[in-house]
Amino acid sequence: MAKSSLEPRGPVAVRRTFQLPVVDGFLWLVRIAAVVLLVVGAFNSLTSARLSGQQWRDLVVFGIAQGSIYALIALGYTMVYGILRFINFAHGEVFMIGAMTGFYVSDGLARTPLWEAQPFVSLFIVLICCMTASALVALLLERVAYRPLRGLPRLLPFITAIGASFFLQYAVATLFGTSVKAYPPVDALSGAITILGLRILKVHLLVIVAALLMMAGLYLYVERTRAGRAIRAVAEDPEIARLMGLSVDRTIARVFAVGGALAGAAGFLFGLVFQNVHFFSGFLPGIKAFTAAVLGGIGNIPGAVVGGLLLGSVEALGPSLVLVGLGVPSAHQLKDVVAFLALVLVLIFRPTGILGERVSEERA
Amino acid sequence: MKRPTSVLVPALVAAVALLVAACAPEEETGGFTPGQLGAVTVAPDAPIKLGVIQTITGDTASLGQDQVRGIELAIADKGGKLLDHPVQHQVEDGLCKAEGGTTAGQKLVADPQIVGVIGTSCSGAAVPAMEIFAGKGITMISGSNTAPRLTSDLKGTKGDANQKGYFRTAHNDIVQGQAAATYAYQKLGAKKAATIHDGDPYTEGLANAFGASFKELGGTVALATAISKGDTDMRPVLTEVAATKPDVVFFPIFQPEADFIVKQAKDFPPLADTKKLFGADGLLSDTYIEIKQTEGMYFSGPATPTGAPYQDFVGKYEAKYGEKPIQAFHAHAYDATNMLFAAIEKVAVRENDGTVHIDRQRLMDQLYATKNFQGLTGTLSCDEFGDCADARIDIVQNTAAEKTIDQVRGNVLFTFEPQTS
Repeated sequence: MAKSSLEPRGPVAVRRTFQLPVVDGFLWLVRIAAVVLLVVGAFNSLTSARLSGQQWRDLVVFGIAQGSIYALIALGYTMVYGILRFINFAHGEVFMIGAMTGFYVSDGLARTPLWEAQPFVSLFIVLICCMTASALVALLLERVAYRPLRGLPRLLPFITAIGASFFLQYAVATLFGTSVKAYPPVDALSGAITILGLRILKVHLLVIVAALLMMAGLYLYVERTRAGRAIRAVAEDPEIARLMGLSVDRTIARVFAVGGALAGAAGFLFGLVFQNVHFFSGFLPGIKAFTAAVLGGIGNIPGAVVGGLLLGSVEALGPSLVLVGLGVPSAHQLKDVVAFLALVLVLIFRPTGILGERVSEERA
Repeated sequence: MKRPTSVLVPALVAAVALLVAACAPEEETGGFTPGQLGAVTVAPDAPIKLGVIQTITGDTASLGQDQVRGIELAIADKGGKLLDHPVQHQVEDGLCKAEGGTTAGQKLVADPQIVGVIGTSCSGAAVPAMEIFAGKGITMISGSNTAPRLTSDLKGTKGDANQKGYFRTAHNDIVQGQAAATYAYQKLGAKKAATIHDGDPYTEGLANAFGASFKELGGTVALATAISKGDTDMRPVLTEVAATKPDVVFFPIFQPEADFIVKQAKDFPPLADTKKLFGADGLLSDTYIEIKQTEGMYFSGPATPTGAPYQDFVGKYEAKYGEKPIQAFHAHAYDATNMLFAAIEKVAVRENDGTVHIDRQRLMDQLYATKNFQGLTGTLSCDEFGDCADARIDIVQNTAAEKTIDQVRGNVLFTFEPQTS
């Protein structure tokens, strides 16, 4: 906006005044059409009495549970982007390695009496192992694949990240086999309980609570501790941060470790909910979490949480609420389409994501 | 100096190629005139070549490997010779997808000596492969394609992917859909059904065939929905399915998506009874039936052949490969190979020096005319769209007593045979 006032008044400016209303009008039409479709679809679905109120509430809970997992992964994407301006495409694989670790540790623990006697202690042990394994992999990735490329054109670490993603996938496939690995069942987590009229599966409750605790912990860590202040300082301007005596390399490594640990936790929660993991499990959740990060505003930590929860809810509710209401057959096949349409729609209305990008201007 | 040489070499090559090409047809005299699709001429002592397209790598490799073995055993049973010519087979990987079918098809048409092709493993690969072969008049017989669109709907309507020269010895999924629907409606007493597919041509065709047949029998299909491959969270779609309170849910999909469905269905009271869940042959595997939540589930799949010739075949299979047949379609591939051999023997024209001419059009016609061919899988007769199978579908159940996939396959509750019209 500020720029256009500086431009000379001339043919260009004249053309603009004629062009703008057309483009703007078209964009407004798209927005209005999107809102109308949403409202019509939702209205049809809600008035058709196809699903009961209880079932709609179930869908919301499923969405929030799935969204919490997306949010935990999205935090890793967004933190790395905030500090390095680059998308760590191997983050989905860090998540998958967390889920894999969870399988091996819980499978081992399930053979001991501790699993039956103290299920929550065992789950906590598994959680710590997952977070450690993923954090170590993320650290290693940063040290081996990204740090040597720091300061080079941004395309290089980007391509490296894609390579690292394939490397990790097929390393796991080779080391642990391509078969689907099934988590042992946790009896303490089967069944559902009712809270405030919401029927919620125990495993979902655990996922939501654990994710919220970890996100709150991360927020406090970044906002209230010295290490967190260092992270914010490096994200703001690494040169000045270095001049102030901060170790930039160390701070960046710390971001990778924290992001990796959160992805490991997400992997474990994913394993608890779906009880299945294989070497390719990280791909789709990784892409979805990246979408969630962009949806909330990349580089923005609360944005990743909001984006994740929104994306999960849109996926769970969208096909049933809007697509079925519009008469689309086999609507659930289009779940991923709905997720990415939601991204497009949000970006049309708010190009920098729901809570806005938070990256320092000069280098973005 | 540079220019003349650079033009000269290709020009020379082209000239030689033209000469060779011009000479070739002149050798084919001697009382035999090829039909409009051309013919294969096998010189004395030259091999008769078969193409094979099967999936031999990736997670569907066992499906293709099993059939390659069936084909090799069929060749071995002929003593490796047909019409006194050695039989040579060239195996190409169809990868169980369209890209693989295209690549393998192009490789095989590049060799004009290929008489016929046995394959593909997957319907998805058969569609592009047949588009390539149909243009060249090459015959293909599959031992495991089941998609209805490759032949017909069994009521006289040609499938949209049907091509001249395509045959199969595997059942048409219309029959499997009828089998599952008949069992669900008549034996389980189900009146309301829901179907779930994953967008794959095989799963979609089968789910639709089930739905159509279930409606014909008098039932209602309350919901025909789909998931996408790679989904893990099935709860939203299961919420929709549960809301229709179906008596049976038919989901002829694959792992791992089906794993998520059975595990998550337990949390929905209308779906908690596993006896309402019905899968198909894609799920008849050890890793699926060992999931605790599949206990009680029904499955439809091609019937395991019975009888002494089949036992004999299994004996040879084990002796040669050191394990029992690993999938369901080895016998179908064996029958496909023998059907092709029988047709070649009938139409081949032999000359005194041992040269053999095989006319492509006549080979194709001969196969369409196949009637009451005795194979391991039953008595095969081809219809005008290339469906040759003696289709028999078993409905099996996984109960607490069954521990391995062989035991589940053995727990046959019902065998469906279509009425021949």
